[in-house]
Amino acid sequence: MRMKHDTHLYWRSLDELAASDEFRALVEDEFPDRTPDWNDPGSRRKFLRLMGASIALAGASACTKQPKEVIVPYVRQPEELVPGKPLYYATAMSVAGLATGVLVESHLGRPTKIEGNPDHPASLGATDSTMQASVLTLYDPDRSQTVTRNGYINGWGTFITALTAARDAAGAKKGAGLRILTGTVTSPTLAAQIQDFLADFPEAKWHQYEPCGRHSARAGAIAAFAQPLNALYRFDRADVIVSLDADVLCSTMPGSLRYARDYSARRRASAENSNVTPPRLYVVEASPSITGGMADHRFRRTPGGVAEFAANLLRADAGAASAEIGAVLKDLQAHRGSGIVIAGEYQPPRVHAIAHALNQTLGNTGNTVIYTDPVEANPLDEIASLSELVKDIRDGAVETLLILGGNPVYDAPSDLDFLDALKRVKLRAHLGLYSNETAEWCHWHIPEAHYLESWADARAYDGTVSIVQPLITPLYGGKTAYEVLNVLSNRGDQSAHDSVQAYWRGQHPGKDFDDFWQITLHNGVMAGTAFPEKTPPRAQIPNSIAAGNASTSSLEIVFRPDPSVGDGSLSNNAWLQEMPKPQNKMTWDNAVWISPKSAERHGVTTGDVVELALSGRKIEGPVWIMPGQADESLTVHFGYGRTRAGKVADGVGFDVYALRTTGSLWQDVGASITRKRGGYAFANTQHTQTMEERDPFRASTYAGFHQNPEFARPEEQRVPSDLTLFPQWTYNQHKWGMSIDLNACVGCQSCTIACQSENNIPVVGKEEVAKGRHMNWLRVDRYFKGSMEDPELYFQPVPCMHCENAPCELVCPVAATVHSAEGLNEMVYNRCVGTRYCSNNCPYKVRRFNFFLYADWDTQSLFGVRNPDVSVRSRGVMEKCSYCVQRINSAKIDAEKQDRPVKDGDIVTACQQACPTQAIVFGDLNDPNSRVAKLKRQQRDYGLLEELNTRPRTTYLARLLNPNPDLEKG
Amino acid sequence: MKPEDQETSALATLDPGPDKVIGPGHDYGTVTDEIGGVVLRPFLKTPPQLFIGFACAFLLVNLFMVAVTWLFIRGVGIWGIVIPVAWGFAIVNFVWWIGIGHAGTLISAILLLLKQDWRTSINRFSEAMTLFAVACAGMFPILHLGRPWLAYWLLPYPNTMWLWPQPRSPLIWDVFAVSTYATVSLIFWFTGLIPDFATMRDKAGNQIARKIFGVLAMGWRNSARHWARYQKAYLLLAGLSTPLVVSVHSVVSFDFAVAILPGWHTTIFPPYFVAGAIYSGFAMVLTLAIPVRRWYHLEDLITMRHIECMAKVMLGTGLIVAYGYGMEAFMAWYSGDQYERYAFVNRMWAGGYWWTYWILILCNIAIPQLLWSRRVRLNVLAVFLIALVVNVGMWLERFVIVVTSLTRDFVPSSWGMYYPTVWDWSTYLGTIGVFLALMFLFIRGLPAISIFEMREVVHDTQTEHANGD
Repeated sequence: MRMKHDTHLYWRSLDELAASDEFRALVEDEFPDRTPDWNDPGSRRKFLRLMGASIALAGASACTKQPKEVIVPYVRQPEELVPGKPLYYATAMSVAGLATGVLVESHLGRPTKIEGNPDHPASLGATDSTMQASVLTLYDPDRSQTVTRNGYINGWGTFITALTAARDAAGAKKGAGLRILTGTVTSPTLAAQIQDFLADFPEAKWHQYEPCGRHSARAGAIAAFAQPLNALYRFDRADVIVSLDADVLCSTMPGSLRYARDYSARRRASAENSNVTPPRLYVVEASPSITGGMADHRFRRTPGGVAEFAANLLRADAGAASAEIGAVLKDLQAHRGSGIVIAGEYQPPRVHAIAHALNQTLGNTGNTVIYTDPVEANPLDEIASLSELVKDIRDGAVETLLILGGNPVYDAPSDLDFLDALKRVKLRAHLGLYSNETAEWCHWHIPEAHYLESWADARAYDGTVSIVQPLITPLYGGKTAYEVLNVLSNRGDQSAHDSVQAYWRGQHPGKDFDDFWQITLHNGVMAGTAFPEKTPPRAQIPNSIAAGNASTSSLEIVFRPDPSVGDGSLSNNAWLQEMPKPQNKMTWDNAVWISPKSAERHGVTTGDVVELALSGRKIEGPVWIMPGQADESLTVHFGYGRTRAGKVADGVGFDVYALRTTGSLWQDVGASITRKRGGYAFANTQHTQTMEERDPFRASTYAGFHQNPEFARPEEQRVPSDLTLFPQWTYNQHKWGMSIDLNACVGCQSCTIACQSENNIPVVGKEEVAKGRHMNWLRVDRYFKGSMEDPELYFQPVPCMHCENAPCELVCPVAATVHSAEGLNEMVYNRCVGTRYCSNNCPYKVRRFNFFLYADWDTQSLFGVRNPDVSVRSRGVMEKCSYCVQRINSAKIDAEKQDRPVKDGDIVTACQQACPTQAIVFGDLNDPNSRVAKLKRQQRDYGLLEELNTRPRTTYLARLLNPNPDLEKG
Repeated sequence: MKPEDQETSALATLDPGPDKVIGPGHDYGTVTDEIGGVVLRPFLKTPPQLFIGFACAFLLVNLFMVAVTWLFIRGVGIWGIVIPVAWGFAIVNFVWWIGIGHAGTLISAILLLLKQDWRTSINRFSEAMTLFAVACAGMFPILHLGRPWLAYWLLPYPNTMWLWPQPRSPLIWDVFAVSTYATVSLIFWFTGLIPDFATMRDKAGNQIARKIFGVLAMGWRNSARHWARYQKAYLLLAGLSTPLVVSVHSVVSFDFAVAILPGWHTTIFPPYFVAGAIYSGFAMVLTLAIPVRRWYHLEDLITMRHIECMAKVMLGTGLIVAYGYGMEAFMAWYSGDQYERYAFVNRMWAGGYWWTYWILILCNIAIPQLLWSRRVRLNVLAVFLIALVVNVGMWLERFVIVVTSLTRDFVPSSWGMYYPTVWDWSTYLGTIGVFLALMFLFIRGLPAISIFEMREVVHDTQTEHANGD
């Protein structure tokens, strides 16, 4: 038995010894597929471990899973590891190559919860729902778990032999015939590894393809500046923002967490201080987005209309264009140097070029719009790159194809017919988290290490480097792209850790490297690696395409990554599948979004299954009527219709990639829909679209607020505190409360998933959601206001209100829900018998019931993701938001140990921690200087259904809009 | 002693009409034979309708067993309940069955104290109905629990956790109200049966039957002392039962009235629930009595007078209920409260269940107005059909209150619908089966009409005749 690292003569644990690849391969070869419990992921791993341990040293067993290299915890030193006390490690998560810093909570070497890294520029402590959910993917039992060859279990060692042979064969031809396909790469180490390899094998080629990458932004920058500059936006300095279909506040936009923070900070400051002018946000878009929901003015335009809007803005003859464009232009011109025109990731390059030009003309460049070098290690036209690969395969020029991550069989543009091409390659290998559609057609499949299991590095949207450090040894012996590259470069024994460290040792020579390494790992960011600002040349507008495609006679179609599962790589994550999409609260499905008017015109309605045709390609999918959608446009989302994703995502929704071509990556004209049948059942968590003449969500304008500061809480709705004969309870110590700023909340639902992760909230599946039994403790209500054609969107997070006069407590016959001395409305699961009376009497309907045994008690691998501080609930028990009571108690214990009072900010609830805009603030109302107490003293503060005398502890700050007086209707 | 069937059927043709509580020609012996004969008849001489009826009911009992087994295995999720409608058929059925039970207590206790002679031939029967209805009702609060094996936590028993039930919850009041009601009803019913058990003991030819009736008769020897004490005890029990008629359904109504949900939070609920309970109870007595009377040819014991009186009570309580509906709607409007008003808008036309409200009005208010006509009241078939309609209507009333109110409460985002599943229906039909099966067994196994009280009636009638002639 040869040790993996020859230098290490000693092994630290039996696990380490047993986990060496040759050994595992030996075991695998000896017991192929015959072992009775082989197909159960949990018991197989246990079996392997027990086998390994019993051979190594009979009777002993190993259980620590800490990675073998030294990883550095974020706050405390590893020798302080105390059972029951979590440690936090800084690392980074990459989506489409771009990194966001995270802190990962680890319980005895088991990562359980993702938090944002406050030191990381793209996070500032916030996370999005994808990041929150990524910890579930780590433990996903459907992840691929062994190296396979032609679908049969094989070993890493055999793969090394096969790959080495292929490389040597290609080496004779200077590497001709060997191709590497990756996603977008920002990792300096990986790029250097690939470049080194290409230096030795000059005829080999590196292709990149990211299905929902920044193709247009790159092309736009090249068109405008002849170089792929990266644009950053300073929303903290912006007074007027014009978003040309740019969803800057949510998800897919790089840096969106940061932008949302900066933007909302400005909105908040001007709500608190009338001397600060609030920023004004204009959004031009086809289907309602998170950003569109936050807009002061939202202009509904088809994709062609967005391009036209941009072109008209550029033409600058305010009088000639419509009143809307004139007003926007006037506003922009009035705020020279403090405006932002930002083109969406999915707008054509021309719109990007126009936005760059406008920012230059308006003097925004250098003030609110900053240009830097590209963060991609090798920026190139990825569509051309993939097309070239496919063409070369068809020409017979490719013998070996290494697909490092990604799933091109599923997500490549359909006109390339990637699968057909792939089948012609002689040797094809795939590295991936899942044995997906692409793996199915590859000779070799190597399980990829999850980012929480890997050493890596990556750049953030501004170029800042983070070192990705693992929290746990790969659960399934996963490998990283670094290790595959090492095999190619004949350094098969070098680990990813050594490669990354060696690269940075080269970048940072000197004796203090160890300190530098420690500090970088500890902080999660490498100091001073953000790119410096660059002054771009004068922007050119490509005039090849006049103003987009002129054909506006037929339906336009818009392709977008799904609001919850993105491009499809996250489809098998049940938390994301069950996360209601912000705009329509739909779960477990994608749909063809159509405006109410167009739906009438085309004779379809919600739930009709239509055939959607675009230039000869056809797919079928159900229709959803989306208020706020531009007329004569259809929006469809990627990420569904997977066939080899896993138990969660297989067969869910329909595949939109089948319609997408290299010529129409994000939008096209000339789509047609034909109604096939009706009656498709969706599972939505909210059915009533409007507020029904009630006012759970209160909004006004900044001007209106200054005139009538009491608008959110009119005199007649206040309930006097002396309604009862009994004396009020006095809270001597703490009095917990929460404030949610509706002016800041963008409705992204990061809080929902954070809560799910923190509180072990189960997933119930589509059918249960459709019945109305979803379990989210913190839901985000979405209301439309105004016409159904072009409504305003309001988002309102609703956790438990922790009423002082809680109606639920009164009616529970067994005292399972009681009030704590600190004002928490507590739920005692063990005491609950499940009468559900509390839910009936809860006017906010925030209580959730375990109608069945929803928690998964069988899948062992999922046990790892659970927070050990929170009970896993059983069948027949009511549950609800606890204000993260486990965090409150932990902070109180810490304070008591240090003999000090709990400070404001010691306790951060999971939702508060995740919130990109800091809309949620929790704290002690007995401390007049706490942030929450101050927020509750604001005039915008109001409680939901206060007139019922429930005296909610969670209150809201009303939203304020900042409309342009020139555009005020009527 | 063998009952003489021919004589019985000959008597049966002699329905004395709407003025008499007993047919002509009855003496102590014929009354005893006629009633006792139903029980002591050989097994195969049981009317075929009873066999068929029992078979159907027994099928439903089996359905109930399947539904409940599956419920215990899987959890309450097999029903259509969701958030926001966390209470569905289980609670609707609970309230409905409890309501049905009320007629028994009212007939036995209050009408006894009021000396209504027409109660005599139907009291035993309706007391049994009460017991069985309460048994059916009592199962639902346990079945509907998320963790039914912990139902005993609602009882105040000393435990190591040092925890007692939470006394502010109306569900705890329910526990006491319903269990008291069940206990008192059982004792009252059993006490009433003691002299008849003795009669049966004395008349039974079968050794085993004699033993069983003998034990149940508790040594009754028909002595004057027995009778004196017995009458006192019976009256006392009647007195004890009387407040229960009012209290039980008032307490049940608190389940709703105490909640803050619009459509539940209504002060008129206690009296209106009690009236509704008696309404549905009488409807159920009629639904059961009319076929049994026919199958066993008891027209001379359960006369048209009985049926007409019960129809009148139904009409009267139905009008109280109608008033309740009216006041409920009026107060919702008059309160000026947005949510209260919307609860009624929702109930009447805006919500998904608006049609249940109008069927309810049709069943509970419109159709029973036919009972104003004496001709209708004296038409057995019409009364039977109206009683059936009222049973349906009263069930719908509970459905409208429980379910429709929950579908749309305060925050529009959490509004949702409730769709009963096959298991909801199975459980409901299952309890109907349990109820009917118990009723059939009762009719076959115990004197369904109080023999000794009928003898009193005979005595009174004869005295009347003697005095009058």
